[in-house]
Amino acid sequence: MHGIITIFKKELSDHFSSYRFLLLFALIAMVSMVTVYMAGLTITKELEGVAKPKFVFLMLFTSSGVGFSLTQFVAFFGPLIGLILGFDTINREKNEGTLSKLLSQPIYRDAVINGKFLAGAAVIAIITVSIVLLISGLGLIMVGVIPGIEEVWRIFIYLIISIVYISFWLGAAILFSILFRSVATSALAALAVWIFFSFFVPLGANAVANALTPDAGESDPDAVIKRAQIGKALSLTSPMELYTDSTATIIDPMRRTTRSFIQVGMMEQLSMARFSGPLSLGQSVLVVLPYIISLIAVTAICFAISYIVFMRQEIRSL
Amino acid sequence: MEQKPIIETVELTKKYNGQAAVDNLSFTVHEGEIFGFLGPNGAGKTTTLLMLMGLTEPSSGKARVLGVDPSREPIRVKGMIGYLPENMGFYRDLNAWQTLRYIAELNGLLPGVADERIESALRMVGLIKEAEKKVGAYSRGMRQRLGIAEVLVKEPRVAFLDEPTLGLDPDTTNRMIGLIERLCKEKNMTVLLSSHFLHQVQKICHRVGIMISGQMVAQGHMKELAEEMPETKDGYSLEEIYMKYFREE
Ligand SMILES: Nc1ncnc2c1ncn2[C@@H]1O[C@H](COP(=O)(O)OP(=O)(O)OP(=O)(O)O)[C@@H](O)[C@H]1O
Ligand SMILES: [Mg+2]
Repeated sequence: MHGIITIFKKELSDHFSSYRFLLLFALIAMVSMVTVYMAGLTITKELEGVAKPKFVFLMLFTSSGVGFSLTQFVAFFGPLIGLILGFDTINREKNEGTLSKLLSQPIYRDAVINGKFLAGAAVIAIITVSIVLLISGLGLIMVGVIPGIEEVWRIFIYLIISIVYISFWLGAAILFSILFRSVATSALAALAVWIFFSFFVPLGANAVANALTPDAGESDPDAVIKRAQIGKALSLTSPMELYTDSTATIIDPMRRTTRSFIQVGMMEQLSMARFSGPLSLGQSVLVVLPYIISLIAVTAICFAISYIVFMRQEIRSL
Repeated sequence: MEQKPIIETVELTKKYNGQAAVDNLSFTVHEGEIFGFLGPNGAGKTTTLLMLMGLTEPSSGKARVLGVDPSREPIRVKGMIGYLPENMGFYRDLNAWQTLRYIAELNGLLPGVADERIESALRMVGLIKEAEKKVGAYSRGMRQRLGIAEVLVKEPRVAFLDEPTLGLDPDTTNRMIGLIERLCKEKNMTVLLSSHFLHQVQKICHRVGIMISGQMVAQGHMKELAEEMPETKDGYSLEEIYMKYFREE
């Protein structure tokens, strides 16, 4: 146990003293502030002389100020945070010759992966929490409404999901740092996977769904539903999709349209309920729980592969 | 002195892609002994050390360090062994003190104990003045000294030193050799030392083993080995003995 804690502490202090962390934080803080500032301007303008809707504060996160909303920004660029923090975790130590020294100390090999992952996850948590606090403060000043208890809860859950989501990418990056000896190669591989899931899976899911249901048209509503289901199921292989869907329900309870509304099945009733008013917090959590579990599951898979590969690697080739 | 076996191997073998790097190696090192591990490049010295620490799985054969099987209980073995790797790396952004602190913590030492040991280790290797300097700014020899300090901080019962004097200046070399000898005597530490500097090995090692192509071709006291030489004369140097076996191969 002392192994994990020691490695965790060292990695954490390494992160905090690195320019990488500083730049990352500055960049994210800047973009978030601008986004929320613009969103705040839009909201205050729209709400002038209108009765205040229920979740004004949450709108800071979901309305687009400069072409994209904060949640979209995190969904899209959050992975980069995880990848940047993790792509050279193991191979840098290999290349500098410190890994064999580390492993000749009385610690388990998995303590190295775990300690490093936890340190990265802690950094992710610190970044996201402080950004959300920062923009909440900014939002408070700009919009002038104090978030209700339910909104605070929703933001809290949103934070948790975001941390899990970005940590998944950290886990993937660590896996690449184990698989590839060269730091540049693992960075490229991580980038390729990010691009694949962000751009190709959504496009590909639709293409495949269209190909599988050629006769879908106005005359055949069943096929339309089927097409939507296939497209949805395929796109859910992307962690980004899992994340977008889950956070949308949590942070945007008023959402009138959802890409999944055509989907029938267990969510049908809940989907219908959306048309009559905001989903209650409990219902929202119920809807997103499977998504969160899936996110954790894919992270676990990354870890399992990391363990298997790392445990078996010959120390001489390290 | 030669009673308790500390390191024991029985027909230890390691194959890389079907080729034996270590071939049916059997040898024993006793408590408090300094065992010199000699052999040309690629003989399998480092591979043997790695197997003795459980860092590499043997293909076959048995090894025991302090009575523990390194491939079964690597953590226990690693806790008792101080290892100086042949090409060690350092965290460039840490200073010597922080580096040793990290090692101490990984070994579960309490802060109070650790600080004491770190200070005395830094004194012993002569780095106390540069303790606050980042390792990235160290010279080759200073890093080597820091590597030795890492072993000392653990106060191990067994030390595996792979080329401990590589890159050290003559004065420091002598001091390090004296240090190793003293620790063996005072703390009853057992040392397995691999080196190409034969005159140093001759000076401090109680016994030597000569390894060629994964096999131990000779082992024993200097005197015993000298007796096997073709002509009987006094004061064979280790170099002469080594060259004889080397030529025979
Ligand atoms: N990862 C590896 N894959 C394949 N063969 C290897 C690997 N590591 C070492 N070997 C082989 O094992 C043999 C023994 O190597 P080892 O490093 O133990 O030699 P050594 O005695 O320590 O040599 P040196 O004096 O140069 O340090 C060599 O023939 C080497 O080529
Ligand atoms: Mg070697």
